[in-house]
Amino acid sequence: MTKISGWGNYPQQETHLIKPSSCLAIHFIIKNEKSLIARGMGRSYGDSANAPKVLQTSNCDRFIEFDVNNGILKAEAGITLREILKVIVSHGWFLPVTPGTSYVTLGGAIASDVHGKNHHIVGTFGQHVKSISIVLGTGEVVTASQVINQDLFHATCGGMGLTGVILSATIQLIPISSSFMTQKTIKVDCIEALCEAFEDNIDSTYSVAWIDCLAKGKNLGRGVLILGEHAQNGDLEINIRDPISIPLSTPSIFLNKVTMKSINNVYWYMAKHNQTQVIPLIPFFYPLDAIRNWNKFFYKSGFLQFQCVIPKTNGITNIKKLLIEISESSEESFLAVLKQFGKVNNNLLSFPTEGYTLALDFNLKKTTLTTLRRLEELIITMNGRIYLTKDAVMQEATFKSTYPQWEVFESVRKKYGAIGKFSSEQSKRLGLA
Amino acid sequence: MKKILIFGATSSIAEHCARIWAARGDKLYLVARNKKKVQTLKDDLKVRGASQITTFCADLNDIEQHGKLISEVSEIMNNIDIVLIAHGTLSNQNMCELNVVETLNEIKSNALSTISLLTLLANRFEAKKNGTICVISSVAGDRGRASNYVYGSAKAMITAFTSGLRQRLYKSNVAIITIKPGYVDTPMTSNFKKGLLWIKPHEVASKIVKAIDRKKSEVYIPVFWWFIMKLIRAIPSGLFKRLKI
Repeated sequence: MTKISGWGNYPQQETHLIKPSSCLAIHFIIKNEKSLIARGMGRSYGDSANAPKVLQTSNCDRFIEFDVNNGILKAEAGITLREILKVIVSHGWFLPVTPGTSYVTLGGAIASDVHGKNHHIVGTFGQHVKSISIVLGTGEVVTASQVINQDLFHATCGGMGLTGVILSATIQLIPISSSFMTQKTIKVDCIEALCEAFEDNIDSTYSVAWIDCLAKGKNLGRGVLILGEHAQNGDLEINIRDPISIPLSTPSIFLNKVTMKSINNVYWYMAKHNQTQVIPLIPFFYPLDAIRNWNKFFYKSGFLQFQCVIPKTNGITNIKKLLIEISESSEESFLAVLKQFGKVNNNLLSFPTEGYTLALDFNLKKTTLTTLRRLEELIITMNGRIYLTKDAVMQEATFKSTYPQWEVFESVRKKYGAIGKFSSEQSKRLGLA
Repeated sequence: MKKILIFGATSSIAEHCARIWAARGDKLYLVARNKKKVQTLKDDLKVRGASQITTFCADLNDIEQHGKLISEVSEIMNNIDIVLIAHGTLSNQNMCELNVVETLNEIKSNALSTISLLTLLANRFEAKKNGTICVISSVAGDRGRASNYVYGSAKAMITAFTSGLRQRLYKSNVAIITIKPGYVDTPMTSNFKKGLLWIKPHEVASKIVKAIDRKKSEVYIPVFWWFIMKLIRAIPSGLFKRLKI
């Protein structure tokens, strides 16, 4: 038995970890095991890769084929985006969509249907997947794409591993002519100005904002909007170094409203308005990857990330409501991120819908669960939803009312023999069979 | 660009070494038993940048075939720069205690087959007067312990053999490197409970590649095992036999 948990270190679980030495063994394992969930790097925050039996895909991490001329890459699902970057960037290609860490697997990126700073333009990761090979509950291996087994494809992209175990995937990369980014920062002192800045820069390929969720009154929602474009000039060299590690968790005495406020203040005063810089890809997309285990910065008991999306209608009013709720609660949040989402896609449980998405980390304290409950209720009234990849506490009713396609999802799972075969602590909590 | 020959290429440590060399654009010659696995490995290394990959399927326990295998390989690749010998099994100590055949088989796959390859390769390298041969031994070879002395004694043989060979070939400008990893989290050790002393195969691999680049002699990975094994070897046998370590 091994103790596992998601990136938030909460909840923890004693699990029987099955770690096949290659992809070749996976369908045997699935045939013989009763119920399990696939797990890659364990970078989902909550319990979506927790289960009594877990299939760890770390050894299924090989490249299969790379068409350098057309930017089409096929690889096993356990490979990390970091390993992919080490190969593709020097050939002039980049990931079409990337989350804020490169330490996720290809399979995990598909199962979470991850989004990046360019969602408003290109959508989610799944929208750039040409096809996947997946082991069903029966042990049978099938291919799914926008053309064949579409229902399985749209259930698997964003399906949190509940439809089967992805063996490999083929993705379409995007061309780049430089491994550098042109980054522009815009500093705004309230949420209205921030949302306006998002609108003004809607054509910007990458955009994301850090907001000071501890600022109150007229400064509510003050923040720094970061815009990015792939640079045209520069070489294609990429410097991916091994990260440093924090040896121990930060003593909780250093994590309180005062320290968080000062960190937020320092960030705010350091940021320069209208500054344009050219920086390498890696620090632009993955600033936190420089520290291997930054999750240890939080309480030993763990932390919860809350990420929601709310529609644009009444968007500003609603973000304000959420920020007031948070700043008036006893929680301290270190990192709050706001971003605009583009159009919703066809994937059944995919998170992004058109609107604003807000993400915050909360140290796990006695009060945190209550705060999250209140936020959850607010999100329902705002017609929003919570990101499954970040979630550890959402209630079944909330899930079922905010992810209306869940019944279709269940019927696809039934059709492909996934029911009872693939389940996680999260899927049980959310009332999926 | 180097020409590198790897025995036991699909073993986890060897595969991660191969990934590093592939990224450098080296030419790789892979020997492994499982055809399907070695093909998967070949595809992967090609994407990672290896300038050329040739594969050979062979069961290295079939010692009589070694001569043929080495000449076959040398025909294709003249002037091998580096050889990595990484094949092996982790013996089941209990099974070995109950069964002589099992014990001898473990000695064969972890020691005799490596020594056979080393003998054949050493003569070729001695003649060409350059190159590096790197062999994966183990800290387990430093002192026999009740829990795994069959595996340990096979590795002890490798350690002693390579130590002698290193002296012999030093004057021929051939480096013999003995790698002694501690606990490595590979499929071979999947049944073990992992603790603080364990490290990942890619970490071991990067240290092996570094040791080869620098033509080291004997390398403990991670280096703290040098100290641990010094202590363990210092314990008098009269006391050691009473200990459960």
